[in-house]
Amino acid sequence: MKTIVFLLALTFVCTSCGKSDVTPVNSKAATPDGQVHITGAGATFPYPIYSKWFDEYRRKFPRLEINYQSIGSGGGIRQVTEGTVDFGASDMPMTDEQLTQAKTKPLHFPTVLGANVAAYNIPDVKEELNFTPEALAGIFLGKITKWTDPQLRNANPGIKLPNSDIVVIHRSDGSGTTFVWVDYLAKVSPEWKSKVGVNTSVNWPVGLGGKGNEGVAGLIKQTPNSIGYVELVYAVQNQITYGKVRNLSGTFVKADLTSVTAAAAGASKQMPEDFRVSITNADGKDAYPVSSFTWLLVPTKIEDPAKKKAITDFLQWMLTDGQNMVEALSYARLPQEVVAMEQKAIAKIE
Amino acid sequence: MRTLTRTVERSTPRATRQFVRRLQHGDQVAYLITFIFAATIFLITVLLFFELFRSSALAREKFGWSFLTQTTWDPVALEFGALPFVYGTLVTSAVALIIGVPLGIGASIFLAELAPPRLSSTLAFLIELLAAVPSVIYGLLAIFTLVPFLRDYIAPVLRSTLGFLPIFQGPSYGVSLLAAGMILAIMILPFIISISREVLLAVPREQREASLALGATRWETAWNVVVPYAKAGIIGSIFLALARALGETMAVTMVVGNTPQIRASLFSPGHSIAAAIANEFTEATSDIYLAALVELGLVLFCITIVVNAVARLLILGMTRKSMAPS
Amino acid sequence: MMSRATRRKVTNVVMFTLTGVCTLVAVSVLFFILGYLVWQGGRSLSWTFFTQLPAPVGEVGGGFANAILGSTKLLLLASAIGIPIGFMGGVYLAEFGGNTAGFLVRYMTDLLNGVPSIVMGIFVYALIVLPMRHFSTFAGGVALGIMMIPIAVRSTEEFLRAVPNSLREGALALGATKWKSVATVVIPAAMRGILTGIMLDLARVAGETAPLLFTALNNQFWSPGWNQPTASLPVMIFTHAISPYEDWHRQAWAAGLVLLSLVLVTNIGARFVLRGQTHTSEG
Repeated sequence: MKTIVFLLALTFVCTSCGKSDVTPVNSKAATPDGQVHITGAGATFPYPIYSKWFDEYRRKFPRLEINYQSIGSGGGIRQVTEGTVDFGASDMPMTDEQLTQAKTKPLHFPTVLGANVAAYNIPDVKEELNFTPEALAGIFLGKITKWTDPQLRNANPGIKLPNSDIVVIHRSDGSGTTFVWVDYLAKVSPEWKSKVGVNTSVNWPVGLGGKGNEGVAGLIKQTPNSIGYVELVYAVQNQITYGKVRNLSGTFVKADLTSVTAAAAGASKQMPEDFRVSITNADGKDAYPVSSFTWLLVPTKIEDPAKKKAITDFLQWMLTDGQNMVEALSYARLPQEVVAMEQKAIAKIE
Repeated sequence: MRTLTRTVERSTPRATRQFVRRLQHGDQVAYLITFIFAATIFLITVLLFFELFRSSALAREKFGWSFLTQTTWDPVALEFGALPFVYGTLVTSAVALIIGVPLGIGASIFLAELAPPRLSSTLAFLIELLAAVPSVIYGLLAIFTLVPFLRDYIAPVLRSTLGFLPIFQGPSYGVSLLAAGMILAIMILPFIISISREVLLAVPREQREASLALGATRWETAWNVVVPYAKAGIIGSIFLALARALGETMAVTMVVGNTPQIRASLFSPGHSIAAAIANEFTEATSDIYLAALVELGLVLFCITIVVNAVARLLILGMTRKSMAPS
Repeated sequence: MMSRATRRKVTNVVMFTLTGVCTLVAVSVLFFILGYLVWQGGRSLSWTFFTQLPAPVGEVGGGFANAILGSTKLLLLASAIGIPIGFMGGVYLAEFGGNTAGFLVRYMTDLLNGVPSIVMGIFVYALIVLPMRHFSTFAGGVALGIMMIPIAVRSTEEFLRAVPNSLREGALALGATKWKSVATVVIPAAMRGILTGIMLDLARVAGETAPLLFTALNNQFWSPGWNQPTASLPVMIFTHAISPYEDWHRQAWAAGLVLLSLVLVTNIGARFVLRGQTHTSEG
């Protein structure tokens, strides 16, 4: 009996140590040997690149661990508002109302440019389909129910579409990816704007819900005749076919680095100081209409000096070295003007 | 005990009296310590209720009882109605019972009445192990085996044979109320079987012997004599299984489709209270959204309290009856 | 046209075959689960799985080492909370619990047992995560610990009550006080049952996912100390299973196999120990 108690106590102490010196329980400061732990949570849209960044950054600076959990943009906004994480991440810029609710008002730092694609899984159809804005709105409103609908057929002459029901797949959690998608739909469809609206979580007229970009991609892959919206890299990494979307100038554009960068071109010249901007349905011949910035939400005031230094250093690295890694994962680099503005903005963090 | 020490006190010298008094003290200390721990349990439960009430205040004040009857769950317009989730929770649990109860009772009858004792306890042991399998593992298996199987084989068969019923109409994506109900059925099976088997075994031998003496077959004895005698306990086990099914989160959210809607067809995706909370809690961007989710949790908790209470009463009644002299 | 007697005999055989089939279905589910997990998960079990951290999203490789350690820590903390409270509460109910206070405590324990695991997560989030402004192993451990309490109480109480009164009376007759007789005679007599009950409790809580979702969150790295979010086996299985990456699915299967093996081994072991002890109550 005594040996058991002794062994248990020993295990308890050892696991408390973990990989670094013993951390005093309620302290948020760096541990005696300088290891700093930062927790961030939010968008699944940029999760692949953030995951890569934080892994690379840890290789460079082993004393710094940035733990990022992709729980959705809604989660990022909520948790940074409550102060339960050190930074948040979101594809939807916080509204003025949300900013006032935050314990410490967060600053928005764009990190990459990404695209939301219409990914589908139609048996025997491997070609890229063309989607008009009206078709997309109709599908997600539940008004276009079959793949053989005229709106789809007319845009895709020559492609044999099956006469099956369309299975719509959307997010079941609070998502910035959703925000970008419905923001676009609201711009192109007055009916969507009035009937459903724009937010990270909406009252979907039809469809199945998946958790995170990962969940939606998973459902699309498993469900025949389905269509959903996911961030570009998820479609690419999982070999899911995605279609072209017609932009404001009338061209059917495929989402890629060029078209996404083109979408940001106009906005970056007139970037507001707080970086909150929407670039869906942007002007430009080659612009991909469902593109978006994604932001890190960093509190204006960070009490812990070690954490503050860690975060500001990371932001600098992200804007320089970090940007070199994004294209490999199908995200577009930030425009130069934006990078310059951000580097100045980092100084605002106290 | 007290009278003993008092008697000792009165009749023995001082030193012994003091010693005895110290002993009494030890008892009080022990009582106090264990009482404090027991009181902690009381406190935790009370705190839990209090916290649920407090955090859901915003939603309760705004929606009142209509929370339970409205069907719109709209985080943009901040209109929250719990009916789709309550519907999903009740339907999936009902499907689970419809599938699980016949299977469970059938198996428990076999184990209690027909199988030889050694076989019966070995099989019962194996089935009880099913109760130990974590929910997330059921979900893991369900995603990759049950869902495709349902979509590709079960649904078409049901649609072609029973398709005139509204519950088997419409397209099937695999993830659906039916899938959730089926996995729940498997999860509650061990509870029904093990408890029913025990109450059946508790039925006095005289009852069986009397029936057999009158010329009944073993099945007739089991079905017409033993089972009715154990009826209350069996129903109690069903309620217990129901309580488990109602609160199940992980397996359900992985296969139910996560869509808050009310449709007649079992092939359609749906939602449940627990799954909704799991999906949306960390991301509720407005305070009233969060309060609405907590209120959902409160509703679920209340439902499970009632079901559990009924179960306990029934099982308690049963065991009391079987202990009474017959 | 069958005679009535023959019809009854046939019904007898038919119904018993049917019920036998029901039993077969139930038992075969267990073997299906085990078999499938062994088949899918067994291929992915490797030294890497047990020792490495997860790879970045989309990349192949990595392991679940942090999840295994995380689960261990969570369970340690859960035991530290659940066992003392549960055990002492059970002792109270068994030895001092005949009155109204005892009835209340018993009722509350039952209520606590009925709390859906997701609601427990809400509770601990509001109680600990929000004030601490941190997701943490501590919060996760508390959630699991509270979930352990009711079963620990019930199991302790049952096994204490099962100790024959003759033992108690014997101790008292020899001059021991009540608490001494309980501590030195009754509890050791019931100890085996109580320990196995607690182990089963622990095994059950090891597989709980829902309460960890908003308390311990998750972590792609090691989680030192008790104040940081931590990976855990059930949560990792969940996130990996619903993802679209084949490699993640593979790892989910392996983790599922590990978790299930631990749970089943504990259960089987516990029941064997119990079987040895209780001759009186087994039917």
